[in-house]
Amino acid sequence: MMTLTRLLATLVGVLFVAALVIGPAGTGPVASLRALILGDGGPLTLVMREIRLPRALLAAMIGAALGLAGAAMQGFLRNPLADPGLIGVSGSAALGAVIALQTGVATMTAFALPVSALAGALIGVLLVLLLAGPRGGSLTLILAGIAISALAGALTSLVLNLSPNPFAANEIVFWMMGSLADRSMTHVWIALPLIVLGSAMLLSLGRGLDALTLGEDAAQAMGINLARLQLTLILGTAAVVGASTAVAGAIGFIGLVVPHVLRGFVGARPGRLLPASALGGAVMLLAADIAVRMILPERNLKLGVLTALVGAPLFLHLIYRTRRAIA
Amino acid sequence: MPGSDLIRRAFLVGALICAPAILCAEAPRRVVSMNLCTDQLAMLLAAPGQLVSVSNLASDPRSSAMADRARDFPANQGRAEEVYLMQPDLVLAGTYTARASVAMLERLGVRVVTFDLTTRLEDVPGQIVQMGDLLGRPEQAAALAATYTADLKAFQDTVARTPSAALYAANGYTTGAQSLSGQILLTAGFANVATEAGYAFGGMMPLEVLVMKAPEAVITSRPYPGATNAEAVMHHPALRAVQDSRARGSLADSDWVCGTPYILRAVADMAALRRRLTTGAP
Repeated sequence: MMTLTRLLATLVGVLFVAALVIGPAGTGPVASLRALILGDGGPLTLVMREIRLPRALLAAMIGAALGLAGAAMQGFLRNPLADPGLIGVSGSAALGAVIALQTGVATMTAFALPVSALAGALIGVLLVLLLAGPRGGSLTLILAGIAISALAGALTSLVLNLSPNPFAANEIVFWMMGSLADRSMTHVWIALPLIVLGSAMLLSLGRGLDALTLGEDAAQAMGINLARLQLTLILGTAAVVGASTAVAGAIGFIGLVVPHVLRGFVGARPGRLLPASALGGAVMLLAADIAVRMILPERNLKLGVLTALVGAPLFLHLIYRTRRAIA
Repeated sequence: MPGSDLIRRAFLVGALICAPAILCAEAPRRVVSMNLCTDQLAMLLAAPGQLVSVSNLASDPRSSAMADRARDFPANQGRAEEVYLMQPDLVLAGTYTARASVAMLERLGVRVVTFDLTTRLEDVPGQIVQMGDLLGRPEQAAALAATYTADLKAFQDTVARTPSAALYAANGYTTGAQSLSGQILLTAGFANVATEAGYAFGGMMPLEVLVMKAPEAVITSRPYPGATNAEAVMHHPALRAVQDSRARGSLADSDWVCGTPYILRAVADMAALRRRLTTGAP
């Protein structure tokens, strides 16, 4: 367990530095890092501090948030198919963000954008849990997710199509696929408080989720307050997914892939899977964001394209494996 | 023989006088324009009552230099059905106007004339004359073209120093020398960093490439209402820092997008910005 944490933390560090030194300006890594840390007042310092640093920070933060949210939802529903992107929570958050941006609420205070996305995510989580039921059977969970994703996506497109801004309609792909291009430190500060708060809530669920693997009755006998556990999960998930989606769009599959890959290494204990998935999510999104800058850098490839190329085959594999349970 | 020479001369003079007269006789009476730029050229040159409708963009002050004038004309959305029902005898379109609608109108037997995209300021008089000939108003067109050419010449004197500049619009779109807006910048006496960065025609220039080029002036497009990420890049702190340490300008689509005489307003704005930069005068 400790070696896994150390390995993942090292990977996060290596990829973070790589994300800082790779970019279209094509400057040398040593010069770039020196300009970042020492600051020479030249344009390279500006590029490093205002363009690449926020991008790398956001990739690490949002990847960790999405990995953690996926692990927590899977632990609570005891279902490996639960991922905030697949079950429509990210899509609902995107709808909340788009409404805040297009109504102008987002320009009033900096936190209107993430809070509106949080509200969207909250409605999404509540709807999914309501539709799928407390045990979250695979079939109802996936069907509820499809319906909520479709509705949120359609409403997002509608709001953007109604916008007076000629560029809004082209933004549908950003909200559905996600991107970190040209984000700034402003976005880091907007997203950070809710991601920290939500992550703290989700990480606190470890013991409860471990107990829940023995069944609800056993968990209650062990002194776990299930209603409180559920409320913390819902609010924590809405906070991290809302804040992430508000600044980067809906990036799918991280919450599905990362817990799946790491589950074997932590002895299938949800409590241990939580921190490991946070680190793993950061690794996956940092790697994906480096990849979109190296493959087709001039085409502004969206992050969701890469995460789906990795995640969708795994999703199909998981469906194939759980089809007996579904049937 | 002096007699036949006189006759020949009289015939030539007659032909010269007749040529516009024939055009006048055949001048279209119901003209519909489907493109923002042909809208404005037609409004500048058409006889009263000759122009029946202009595109809906023409009355939008954000994109049109003649928004007030355009409100006097019924607007069309550029759909084949509505344009056909206006029973035009001439339809004006741009090269990139909805191809399907233009093809449909041509199939229905409507005369459609397509105007090329202007990429040089020197192309504008040609388009004015082309529009004048189509509308049977060559004298008005010749006068407008002559004024434009004289006004343009006033900007073309050599400048002591050409400061570097970049155009930066939504999605990080920049344009180089091979475009109309790039030509505005060049004529106003700027050196465009997009051209040296390899974006002669235009394209998405990553923000960090722009920051590393550190142009002396960054001219951004004016945002439309309704916030988008596409336009958020123009408020990016890194771009703001470049602009704060140097000069900033903004471009209004209305004066920049079409090859009409109004484009000289954009040139004048940019020339004023350059003078502020090179002389330090307010």
